[in-house]
Amino acid sequence: MRSFLLTAHTDILESLRAKWFLAYSLIFGSLVALLFVFGLTESRIMGFTGLSRLMVTYIQLAMAILPLFVLLTTVRSVAGDREAAVYEYLLSLPIGLAPWFWGKLAGRFLIVFLPVFLAMLGAVVWGVLKGADVPWALFTYYTGLLMALAWCFLGIGMLLSTLSRSADVAQASAFVIWLTLLLFLDLILLGVMIRDYLPPESAVAIALANPLQVFRTAAMLLLDRQLVMLGPSAYVILDAFGEVGYIAYALLYPTLLGTLCAVGGYLIFRRSDLP
Amino acid sequence: MICRLEKVVKRFQRQEVIKGIDLEITRGHRVALVGSNGAGKTTLIRCLLGEYKCQGGISVDGLDPRMHRREVLSKVGFVPQLPPPLRMPVGQLVSFAAGVCDVEPQRIEMVAERLGLDLGRFRRHPFVKLSGGQKQKLLISIALGRDTELLVLDEPAANLDPEARRIFFELLAERRDTAAMLISSHRLDEVAALVNRVIELDRGVVVLDDRVADLADLTSRLGCRLVLTRVDDAFGRAIRSWGFRTSDGGRTWEGVVPGPDRLRFLGMLSRYAALLASIGMDELPQPVPAEVRCA
Repeated sequence: MRSFLLTAHTDILESLRAKWFLAYSLIFGSLVALLFVFGLTESRIMGFTGLSRLMVTYIQLAMAILPLFVLLTTVRSVAGDREAAVYEYLLSLPIGLAPWFWGKLAGRFLIVFLPVFLAMLGAVVWGVLKGADVPWALFTYYTGLLMALAWCFLGIGMLLSTLSRSADVAQASAFVIWLTLLLFLDLILLGVMIRDYLPPESAVAIALANPLQVFRTAAMLLLDRQLVMLGPSAYVILDAFGEVGYIAYALLYPTLLGTLCAVGGYLIFRRSDLP
Repeated sequence: MICRLEKVVKRFQRQEVIKGIDLEITRGHRVALVGSNGAGKTTLIRCLLGEYKCQGGISVDGLDPRMHRREVLSKVGFVPQLPPPLRMPVGQLVSFAAGVCDVEPQRIEMVAERLGLDLGRFRRHPFVKLSGGQKQKLLISIALGRDTELLVLDEPAANLDPEARRIFFELLAERRDTAAMLISSHRLDEVAALVNRVIELDRGVVVLDDRVADLADLTSRLGCRLVLTRVDDAFGRAIRSWGFRTSDGGRTWEGVVPGPDRLRFLGMLSRYAALLASIGMDELPQPVPAEVRCA
C-alpha cells in the first residue's frame, strides 16, 4: 500500500508540474467561463435562468476534449518515460509492479478528473451565489459520467502505452482510436451507415460499444430526448433500455471497459520487458 | 548473498543478445563486467534486475528477481550508466527512493554530503537540470544510502571529479566485506583497481572469467609530484581537475591520487608523455579513523 501511495503521489506531483496539465485545466476552466458569458448573452431578456443548459453544453464539450487529452497525455508520458529509460531506473528500486502500475493509474485518474469536475463545481458555486436553482441530481449524474469517461479512456491509454514500444507509435494509435470512436458517433458515420441500410442490430451494437456514443446519449437523455438531437440508434436504444436502465449502462459500461483495458495493460506490462 | 545465472538467454525478436551465460557471484566478489559496446553488459544487468524477461535461470539469494521483485531489489543497489531524465525535484526523488526502500532519507543525504553534494541547496531543483556529476552523485547516494548486498554499478564513476571518486572508492571499501559488486565498464582500466574478478563479454558470451590479484586498497592514496619540461596550459587544466597545485607557475605539480584511480591517472598522464620530465608517486600512510583518534 505504501508503494502504491508513493507512486500515485509522485505521479500527481509530476503531472501538476507538466505543461499539459496547465493547458488542460485552463481549457476546462475557460470553457465554463465562456459558457457563462455566452449563456448570459443568450438569456439577455430573461437574465440568468439556471445551470441545466450550461451543464449539458459543458458535458458535450467535455466529451469531445477529455478523451483525446486523457489518451494523448497518458500514452505520451507513460510510453515516453519508458523510452527515455526512466523506467530502467525507477523500476530498479524495490517496488512491486502492481503498486507501480495501479498507483500511476490512480494518480493520473485524479489528475484528469479533478480539473473537469472542479470547473463544473465552480459553475455550480457561481450559480448558488447568483441565487439560481442548482440541478443537484443532474450535477451528481454528470459527475458520475465524467468519472466513468475519464476512467474508461485512462484504461485505454494505459493499455496502448504497454502495447506500444515507442511514444510516437502510442500517440498515433491513441489518436486513431479517438478518431474512430468519434466517427462512429450516431450523428456522423453511424448515421450515414444507417441511411445506407446497415442492419439495425449492427447499428445498435456499434452505438452501445462506442463509449463516446454511450456518453453522449447518456448526457442528453435527461434534457433533449428528441430523435434529431440523439440520433437514430440512440433513440432506439433509449426506447429499449428505458431511462434508468440506460443511466446504469452508461455508468457501468465505460467503467468496465476502462477496467478491462487497464487489467489487460497491467498483464502485458507484467509479462513484458519493463524498460 | 549468491547471485546465480544459469544458461541465461535473451532475445530481441530474432537477435540473440545474451547467449547462454552461466555465472555465480558471491559476497566479497567485486566483478568488473567489461566488453565493447553491444557486448550485452546492459542487457545482462537488466536481466539481473528483473527488468527483462529471459530464458534460463536467474536467482538472487535463491529468489527469482522477476517473481520476487521487492525482496530481491531491496538487497540490490543500482547506478545506471546514463542518469534518467527525471523531471521531479531532487527532494522528491530522495523521498520516493527512501520511501520504497524503507530507509530514512537522512541516510541518503549523508552519503550525498560525503560525496560533496549539498542536497539542501538542490532540493527544489529538477533532477534533470543537475550537472552530470551531480546526477551521478545523487544516484550513487540512493544506491549506497541503504543496506544492500549486491551493488550493480554501470560506469558509476565516469562523471565524478577526482575528489568525489576518492570518496566513492571509500564508500565501496566500506561495503567490500558485506556486499558483492558488479561494476560494468567498456574499459577495464576504468575499473581494474576496484575489482578482484574480471568478466569479459563479447557478443553475448563470456569470453573471460578470471580472478585478479586483490592488492589495491580501495582507500589507499598516492602522493604525486610531477615535473614538466615546459609549462603547458592544456596540461595545467587537466591536472587541476585532479586537484593538483603548482607553486612555480606550472612546471612542478603536486597532489594526491586515490589508489584505485592510479591507472586512470597514468592514462591521463600518458597523453602528455612528451611534457613529463619526472614522475614521483608514493603511497601515503592511511589516515587514522576518527573513532581511533577519539579513543
